[in-house]
Amino acid sequence: MTTRDQMQADLLASLKQKRRGFAKGWYKFSRNPLSVLGLVVLILIVLAAIFAPYIAPYPEHAKPYTNFQDGGKPPSLQHFFGTDRVGRDIFSRVIFGYRFSLTIGIVVLCLGVAPGVILGLLAGYHQGTWIETVSMRVTDIFLAVPPLVLALAITAMLTPNLTNQMMAIALVWWPWYARLVFALSSSLRSQYFVREAELTGASRLHIMFKEILPNCLAPVMTKMTLDMGIVILLGATLSFIGLGVQPPKPGLGTMVAEGAKRLPGEWWGTIFPALAIVVVILAFNLVGDGLRDVFAVEEV
Amino acid sequence: MTKFIIKRAFQSLFVLFGLSLLIFFIARVMPGDPARASLGFLATEEQVERVREEMHLNDPLPVQYYHWLRNLLRGDLGRSSYTKQPVTKDLIQYIPATFELILFATLISAIFGQVTGVLAGYFRNSWFDGLSRLVSYLGIATPSFVVAIFLLFIFSQVLKLAPGVGRLPIMMTPPPSVTGFMTLDSLLAGRPDLALTALKHMILPAISLAVIHIAQEGRITRTSIAENMQKDYITVHRVHGIRTSRLLFKYLLKPSIIPTVTVMGLDFAFLMSNAFLVEMVYMWPGFSRYAVTAMLNKDLNAIIAVVLVIGLTFAVVNLLVDIITMFLDPTIRLRREGS
Repeated sequence: MTTRDQMQADLLASLKQKRRGFAKGWYKFSRNPLSVLGLVVLILIVLAAIFAPYIAPYPEHAKPYTNFQDGGKPPSLQHFFGTDRVGRDIFSRVIFGYRFSLTIGIVVLCLGVAPGVILGLLAGYHQGTWIETVSMRVTDIFLAVPPLVLALAITAMLTPNLTNQMMAIALVWWPWYARLVFALSSSLRSQYFVREAELTGASRLHIMFKEILPNCLAPVMTKMTLDMGIVILLGATLSFIGLGVQPPKPGLGTMVAEGAKRLPGEWWGTIFPALAIVVVILAFNLVGDGLRDVFAVEEV
Repeated sequence: MTKFIIKRAFQSLFVLFGLSLLIFFIARVMPGDPARASLGFLATEEQVERVREEMHLNDPLPVQYYHWLRNLLRGDLGRSSYTKQPVTKDLIQYIPATFELILFATLISAIFGQVTGVLAGYFRNSWFDGLSRLVSYLGIATPSFVVAIFLLFIFSQVLKLAPGVGRLPIMMTPPPSVTGFMTLDSLLAGRPDLALTALKHMILPAISLAVIHIAQEGRITRTSIAENMQKDYITVHRVHGIRTSRLLFKYLLKPSIIPTVTVMGLDFAFLMSNAFLVEMVYMWPGFSRYAVTAMLNKDLNAIIAVVLVIGLTFAVVNLLVDIITMFLDPTIRLRREGS
């Protein structure tokens, strides 16, 4: 066999291995029916949010719109979740509301995870030096109050809107990743493969990002999935208080707050958006739990 | 042991100092003029300039922080632009209502959490165990304002089993404030009927706060009990014919106390932040509602104060948890003294 054939065979084998790894992971994941259910619900929600203008029966109701004649109608075949005070279809608004929720979750994690991971990595690899002391004490300061309180305070001092809300949540979210990666990398740095890399003269950057980081990814990914739910919850909470997505935009929390004024008479205006929040968070938690089993991550 | 406590207290102090720096600088760096904000749009340019001078806003940031910190240590947190009162006075007025609520919620979650945990641990894989697992799972996924709204809707508005919002019905005159705890004040004023009404008003908001923690503390106790039930010493006790109730409460519950205390400390912080929402739903005239009002009105001095108070409470509670666990578990004490 020529070298080229050999290389091709190797490549094929490694591809097969990868596919087998994936199949094995999927098998483990599918053993838990609840996780699969969560995944199905999640895919439906994501698709609904992406194609909201085509799926929602009344897409124009997500914009400033009033039709007082249809106001306060209970759930029916025309309006699955009923209509609110000014006659907007709540089902359509919930679907558009998922757009905000998912955006908040994705943007916050994109902004928050990278700095947290890098800082944790730096602190963990340089355990016992001033780098660790400084970065971990800064982390402590951010964790000194519950995330909701700090996020609320920061959004309040900025102008409350979607962008500032996401920035505020990201600002309180990175420390959790710093903590997690710090714990992981400070135990990994004494492992043999890191020692070996050090002895062969690899640079610090190489060791941190090529040797240690890949071994932290599984727990970080699992935590991200679980955190999507918590971040969405936090976003809905901020909107509920009035410091997030501003009406007339259909934030899920905003809708619950608006509907709560009409309890107990027009219960559908608040109960359905509230259930929508619970469903999306629950779905992320179920998928996250499934991933935790796949990656065999102990605690994140 | 004293050495460890002092060391921990210093650490907390450092974190609080850092927190004050963080929140102060965010407040000052934000666009907008705090002096103008505290006076409103009608104030003249001269008035604003005078307040700017008073608040040291024309000085560089570190000097501003120095003045602010000096006032803070004297107990002066500035004036709230919304209530037009000194923030310290506002805090003293509003904090007791929230603490009364949170303490009641902690009590509920501690008692019911333990009971749930013991039952779920002892009757493992029964319907009760399944139910408690389901509730704890739903609890993580349900924002507390949703819980609060659902409970208010079902028990107060539909079933009419519980009173509505507020600490007392509007028609009732509250007792003279001594402790700030409505129930205690009523008893002190010799009005047990008023105390009972106040307690009834507290039940729904307290359960809204506690329900998640009941489920989670229950899960922790359950795990600990299920683990220890496999151990040899329990089998030995069983063989010796010790009654089940004694076995449960003396030999199985005790080892689960330490994780529970730790979690309760953490929970206290979350109760404080969830109180923001529950107080909003139940119109509870407490610290958290004051905080939300301050935030919605961009009342900078009050926002800073609120964050610091919560940070302080968090630090004190964590310190207490550390001390309590050291008393409960000699091995933790020894390990910490060694290090």
